[in-house]
Amino acid sequence: MTALALIWGPILAAAAAAVWPVNRTRPWLLPATGVVHCGLAIALLVAPPVVPRDAWIGFDAIARAILPAVSLLFLMCAAYGVPYLAARGERGNRVFVAAILALLGLMSLALQARHLGLLWIALEGGTLATVPLLHFNRSPRAYEATWKYLLVGGTGIALSLLGTFFLGYASLTDQGGGDLRFAALAAQGAALSRPWARAGWVLLLVGYGTKMGLAPMHTWKPDAYGEAPGMVGGLMAGGLTTVAFAALLRVQQVLEAAGEGAMAARSWMALGLFSMLVAALFLLGTRHFKRMLAYSSVEHMGVLSVGAALGGAGLWAALFHVWTNGITKGSLFLSAGNLRRGAGGVDVEQASGLAALMPWSTRIFVAGVFAVTACPPFAPFFSELRLVRAAFASGRGLVAAAFLGCLLLAFFGLTRLVFAVADGRPSRQVRAVPVRLRETPGVVIPPLLLLALSVYLGLFPPDLLMEAWSAAVSSLSVVP
Amino acid sequence: MSPWLNLMIGLALGLNLLALASGRLPSLIRSAAAQGMVLGCLPLLLGHGGWQTLAFAGCTVAVKGFLIPALLRRALRASHIDREVEPIIGYVPSLLLGAAATVASVALSDALPLRPEHAGSLLAAGSFATLFTGLLLLIGRAKAISQVCGYLILENGIYLFGLLLIRAMPVIVEAGILLDLTVAVFVIGIIVDRIQREFDTLDTRKLSALKE
Repeated sequence: MTALALIWGPILAAAAAAVWPVNRTRPWLLPATGVVHCGLAIALLVAPPVVPRDAWIGFDAIARAILPAVSLLFLMCAAYGVPYLAARGERGNRVFVAAILALLGLMSLALQARHLGLLWIALEGGTLATVPLLHFNRSPRAYEATWKYLLVGGTGIALSLLGTFFLGYASLTDQGGGDLRFAALAAQGAALSRPWARAGWVLLLVGYGTKMGLAPMHTWKPDAYGEAPGMVGGLMAGGLTTVAFAALLRVQQVLEAAGEGAMAARSWMALGLFSMLVAALFLLGTRHFKRMLAYSSVEHMGVLSVGAALGGAGLWAALFHVWTNGITKGSLFLSAGNLRRGAGGVDVEQASGLAALMPWSTRIFVAGVFAVTACPPFAPFFSELRLVRAAFASGRGLVAAAFLGCLLLAFFGLTRLVFAVADGRPSRQVRAVPVRLRETPGVVIPPLLLLALSVYLGLFPPDLLMEAWSAAVSSLSVVP
Repeated sequence: MSPWLNLMIGLALGLNLLALASGRLPSLIRSAAAQGMVLGCLPLLLGHGGWQTLAFAGCTVAVKGFLIPALLRRALRASHIDREVEPIIGYVPSLLLGAAATVASVALSDALPLRPEHAGSLLAAGSFATLFTGLLLLIGRAKAISQVCGYLILENGIYLFGLLLIRAMPVIVEAGILLDLTVAVFVIGIIVDRIQREFDTLDTRKLSALKE
């Protein structure tokens, strides 16, 4: 019951936002929904319900290991959203608020979907709900980014539908079959037609990989994250991409049951390492600090993929990384949004010396960059350390070496750009901006809290979470 | 039953070539709509003929044959643009590629381990050829509306493959997929409209500000 409330709650709130008459008070629906959603998610995390094996929707081990992270990130973004939308009161926010609440509901559905077709519907719906969020700034660049997102994302999601059908076709046997529930597919095991299962995996990896933003299907990401408001970027980098990752985890389990687990792991590993490499190389070249965050997100999706492909302890580390990455990215995107507003309408490529103008946001941003490049004591350091250890423990020294090499390159790229933005004298264009965002507590506290949470998760990961990740790993590795 | 089915799929394949050869946007939209209608009728030839199948076929025909094309025509009327398709890949190369893809798809589906009950039908072959046509239109045409048509034809190809699973897929899932597609085209239509207002063009080659 509570599990369904996670889905219906935000959808009803979205409907309420769509009819809410007053522009000024409407954004308060965001934190209100966020608090309820997060409370429910944590209650379910503490006391997980029993999910019947043939249920279509359920708060199972995978949802339990990932959904609270998305919910927490949403709560912080929602709290940030109130002052942000107030500062941008000249824009109507009806569509924005409704779409972002619908996105939360659809993400909750996708994370809990135990049916391949339902999962696709939820993810496609989530993709569509993000479209009005991307062009909130209504600049030509924002429309261009939205168009690219629609075309690349739409093609990716179409290919994943074909993959869904292929996997369904693999389950047609003389005994019947054709059941698209993950539990039923995995139960068929070796009876699945292997060539179709393999083709289905490749299509789903490309399709949902596009949603995750794995290279070479990542091209929408820098454009979208570069132009979208900070809170939307954070929610996509820490939420929607994670949901696609969870979807691939469920599919991977089916492939393992079909006896094609090694092939699936190999292909996912290759795509993950390639993403890390591409992201690291682009990070060395980009001049735009929000596009930089997008490449960093591509890199971290690569990290998740490598972890999932390693399996066992690597998968555990990847689930840990889902949390650390989501929370750290949230802090980075929110503070980057402040910096961008602080620099006014000026092209961000000319922004410099923001430390003098926006001291708090710059501090959070710089600390966030160190966090995301895996410097201790921030949490990404610990999750990535565990991943490297898992790689060495399973005798994959080369993987670990490539992984660390990419992280080092990314570190150079990220720090180079950050200090160019933060240090120095504010450029003339930036100083000339007449109205800039004021650093009120409302826009500083949410990213600061996320950063503090990142330190806390790294130093003292709660036993409850570790147990949830272990439960998810064992539910994914045991073939029912 | 199978000869009728294959005849309809053959018709859809012909519409693929017509779409590739269309030089003007209205005729491209017409080809995509006609293909949607032809494919929408297929569940009647395949299913058990229950009311659910009937309702699903009716919805598909209404959405793919009337609603979506109407949306596209409205966007076209509102934008006052030149009706030329402006191919990036010319008509003759497109047609040759489309024809070659049709032949290759038949060969491919013969090589695939299809279930014995599907071996005689063109469903898989038609699906692959239509998919390829959709992708070709997506990358080979410059105007935003023609890319949307490419996307629709791509979806039609996937839908054809989905018909192989018609007995396995619950109607609710099919309906969800159809709903998502409708909303997708609706959203695309809005964005096309905005792009037209911001850029005063629907030529997607002009959308090139964002790059490294």
